[in-house]
Amino acid sequence: MSALLKVENIDAFYGDFQAVQQASFEVDEKKIVSVIGTNGAGKTTLMKVIGGTLAARGGKVWFADRDITGWPTYKIVELGLSQVPEGGKVFARMSVMENLIMGSYTPRARSGAKASLERVYELFPMLKEKAGQAAGSLSGGQRQMVAIGRALMSNPRLICFDEISLGLAPTVIKDIYARIRQLNAEGITIVLVEQDVKRSLKTCETAYIMLKGKVVLSGKSKDLTEDTVSKAYFGM
Amino acid sequence: MDAIIQSIIQGLLLGGLYAGVGIGMSMIFGIVQITNLAHGDFLVLASFVSLFVMGALGLNPFLSLIIVIPVMFFIGYAVQTTMLNKVLTRGAEPPLLITFGFSIIIQNLLLYYFTANAQKLSTPLLLKSIAVTDNIRIPIMYLISCLAGVVIILLLSVYMRVTYQGKAIRATSDDNDAAQLMGVNIKRTYGIAMGISMMTAGVTGVMIGTLFNFYPSSGSTYLIIAFAVVVIGGIGSINGTLVAGFIFGLAQVVGGQILGATYQQLIGYIVLLIMLIFRPQGLFSK
Repeated sequence: MSALLKVENIDAFYGDFQAVQQASFEVDEKKIVSVIGTNGAGKTTLMKVIGGTLAARGGKVWFADRDITGWPTYKIVELGLSQVPEGGKVFARMSVMENLIMGSYTPRARSGAKASLERVYELFPMLKEKAGQAAGSLSGGQRQMVAIGRALMSNPRLICFDEISLGLAPTVIKDIYARIRQLNAEGITIVLVEQDVKRSLKTCETAYIMLKGKVVLSGKSKDLTEDTVSKAYFGM
Repeated sequence: MDAIIQSIIQGLLLGGLYAGVGIGMSMIFGIVQITNLAHGDFLVLASFVSLFVMGALGLNPFLSLIIVIPVMFFIGYAVQTTMLNKVLTRGAEPPLLITFGFSIIIQNLLLYYFTANAQKLSTPLLLKSIAVTDNIRIPIMYLISCLAGVVIILLLSVYMRVTYQGKAIRATSDDNDAAQLMGVNIKRTYGIAMGISMMTAGVTGVMIGTLFNFYPSSGSTYLIIAFAVVVIGGIGSINGTLVAGFIFGLAQVVGGQILGATYQQLIGYIVLLIMLIFRPQGLFSK
């Protein structure tokens, strides 16, 4: 069986600055994979390439046995690849419920929207309580929950979480990670993009460490010691 | 006293129509972040399309809307998707120049085909009115125009809340990166938003054509009204646009009644200036 998501030799630029260099990684179905690196290591850029919001200059992205390189984002989402972007990026002026409904925008997800909404409310009961509130009025952790719920509404096969724990309180992070593991147990493939080495290593099966736009180390998380990871992480 | 009450009625009725004139521009401001300098010209184009349809098919102005509205939607969608979308990432000036170009092109095409003569969409309703008292009357066409303005705003507001496409338009205006991640095709959404904006220009253009004389060069008058309504109401606010329309209409007509009709235009703009000084973000800005 081939991997659900396969990223091959991606080169990505912002103007003349090369943010990602020959990056490759793959994610098997129903697994959790981490992409770890410091600020500016190129992780978010790589996620943008995968999601289709940034065009790569070289390399290929495969998802569900299809070459999705250069596809528009809306087609990639339709295929079942969803993202929780850095900071959540909720629709601040829309209500929590409208945010969630927007998650089921794709034709494939619309018919199941009601059932998906129930499932999201079950996962995050808080969202049901605040359904009518403007998403912009929520706390950081609650916004991340809206963003996760919104991604789930598209009925995805794979979700990329970009810096999900950034700026959140430890208890909230713990809670959100528990939900991510639960989603994985229900069969959703997970890509975690993180700066937090310890927590992501604990959660994932395979990890890729990025430094200055390159993947410098990869392996099963149980084989990677914290020491080798930190060396790669800081480039020492 | 009666004269003042009469002008208040007329001002409010005109205000409802002005709100309709502004709503399409406000929408495009808020969603696509384009200042559509051709909004007034598109509106006048709709008046001429109606004139042509009325002549060709023998319809009255209201029935001509059946053709004017879809034609205007198509024009808006086409202009947005074939031209404006291509330059959106290059800053504010290129789209502004495109709309400015359209303003010139529309005016000159209309001049070429329809000459510079004054035109009017004639309807017998223009002369009819409802008598409230001996000296106070509600002109029917003003009433219809006001209702048209208010109804398109209400419909738009419902559309934006209830439908997937409407929500997608709001989501795109909130955060277009995130909207893409929801599976929204941004460029198509912009096209639809512009199409809807042009539909509102279509309805109001036909109403204005029945109330007042129009010329190929009339667009700038309505562009300024649209601008005023958008600024007073707050960019992108549907309710604000409605209230602003009434304020602007009242200021013009009542002010004109008190100071003389020659000052009518000036008073509207003085209100606009006062707004810009004391509340530049608009009454209902978010």
